[in-house]
Amino acid sequence: MSGRRPTRLLSAAVVLAGAAVLLAPAFLLSGFHLFQLTMMAVYAVAILGLSLVTGYTGQVSLGHGAFYAVGAYASAILMTDFAWPYWTTLPVAGAMCAAFGFAVGFPALRLTGHYLALVTFALAVAVPQILRAHFAEGWSGGVQGLVIVGPEAPAGLPLSPDQWTYLFTVAVAAVLFALARNLLAGRMRYAMVAIRDQPLAAEAAGIDLARVKTRAFALSAGCTGIAGALGAIAVQFVAPDSFSVQLSIALFVGLVVGGAASLPGAVLGAAFVQFVPNLSELVNKNAPGVVYGVLLVATLFLMPHGVAGALRGAVTSRRGRSNR
Amino acid sequence: MVGLLHQTLSGLATGGVYASLALALVMVHRSTHHLNFAQGEMATFSTYIALMLIQAGLPYWVAFALTVVIAFALGVAVERLLMQRMARASPLAVVGVVIGLLLLFNGLSGWLFGFTIKQFPSPFEGNGGGGAFGGMVSDHEVGMTAVTIAVLIAMSLFFRMTKLGLAMRAAALNPESSRLLGIRVGATLAAGWGVAAGLGAIAGMMVAPIVFLDPNMMAGVLLYAFAGALLGGIDNPAGAVAGGFAVGVIENLGGAYLVGTELKLTLALVIIATVLVVRPAGLFGHVTVRRV
Repeated sequence: MSGRRPTRLLSAAVVLAGAAVLLAPAFLLSGFHLFQLTMMAVYAVAILGLSLVTGYTGQVSLGHGAFYAVGAYASAILMTDFAWPYWTTLPVAGAMCAAFGFAVGFPALRLTGHYLALVTFALAVAVPQILRAHFAEGWSGGVQGLVIVGPEAPAGLPLSPDQWTYLFTVAVAAVLFALARNLLAGRMRYAMVAIRDQPLAAEAAGIDLARVKTRAFALSAGCTGIAGALGAIAVQFVAPDSFSVQLSIALFVGLVVGGAASLPGAVLGAAFVQFVPNLSELVNKNAPGVVYGVLLVATLFLMPHGVAGALRGAVTSRRGRSNR
Repeated sequence: MVGLLHQTLSGLATGGVYASLALALVMVHRSTHHLNFAQGEMATFSTYIALMLIQAGLPYWVAFALTVVIAFALGVAVERLLMQRMARASPLAVVGVVIGLLLLFNGLSGWLFGFTIKQFPSPFEGNGGGGAFGGMVSDHEVGMTAVTIAVLIAMSLFFRMTKLGLAMRAAALNPESSRLLGIRVGATLAAGWGVAAGLGAIAGMMVAPIVFLDPNMMAGVLLYAFAGALLGGIDNPAGAVAGGFAVGVIENLGGAYLVGTELKLTLALVIIATVLVVRPAGLFGHVTVRRV
């Protein structure tokens, strides 16, 4: 095996090839197809956030659409009411959602397993109502929502707004995935996974459960909030009905199908969320729900670690055979 | 004052529906410790079956009984085919399967029966009765409350008097000892899911004439039922029933005087979160641990 260890040169080549693959669609696809890829990158970031708290730390959230909505509205309000440039809204949206997630994390300490799922599910159901409510109307634009002016490429770059939005979204997503990779390469990952698999043993081993859980919640919500802001910028519109319980459930389905505790899984899950409903809608308007449901249950029974886990399993077993 | 009385009575009527569904949630939770997020969608699906049977020409009460039987079979099938294998799975996997069921039944309702909002007949309307309390409560609300109370009494007798009911209680409380006593624990768990699905079907058929039938009919009702079940104590059938009625009244009074109709679901969120954080066992949680 030692001869196969990737050298520094090789890993640089992999990074370059990856960047090329990410950049290419901006020049090969146009219009709606490029927009679909932009939204896939947005969902990948949102599912990445969900995976931190649900996949790695084992705290099941069915309400991440709420954080996505807060991020989207934060970005939209800053851009329309305060005329901030679109890219400056991302850190604010992320910080706001992180604070919100931290606040949700505290009561969540008292809830385990299914009960946390229930409270977050109720939160997801209530979100559109709260956004539509009278007291928020001055900010949120009520039922009509807010229309945003989309980003333009910086002067001098020969890129259309669609191309620039795609490149901007993918760049932010790449940075967030790199940050998550670093976070998960360290102690935090072991603390999180220990809490998920053996909470009692983790506590006995000196892990501060409350601290790790609330931090995981804050990071997770911040990440999903940035995804919401990116989504608002890409769609150029926010309205209460875009953030229904279906959004939260779609993120959850993407997480489980892609692979709950896996970074590539978040990307695969995003592809699933973005493309499978469109494909199944060709059969029947209600087919996406049925397809989602069947594939979700089938994944949990046949590939408990999602598509990413199944792929990794297939690769390792092949390697194992060739080494024999 | 009349308005207050009106709101309270009509809250009790819808509270009965929440109580039935809350009881279903408690039955599932007591036997398998799962929260069945799909309970509402299973109920909606059963209500569509009832509508199909009625439109095929069956008398209402025959269709009603047949639907309960079909729903029971559906619940048993779900437990036997899926949930049984989830007994030792992680919370993520269990919640995932239940959410999968929710999506599946919701999609099937729309796919098989159409997405348009449908009227559902009430067996209590059109008999010439002018409601009760000087017309403050409609005929349907009176009939609905009567059906709910009859069902709840029947359930209570079922758990106290019948062999299957006693076996189900025993299996829920102590599976190991029950197995040693010759109770088929697996079968009683499946029966628990079946009874829960039957209760859900009744709740669906009772609420459909009021809120009209569409694939998402039970989404809000499910949330109130959860709130009621938690308020009374998720392990306590009698408490959950009381909680269901209480939530019906709270919802109606809160909607009329406190938050307005547009934030009614947020009220359910507040109840659920408050109960779970402040008093996870619910109001009657402790008392019945000994009594049942």
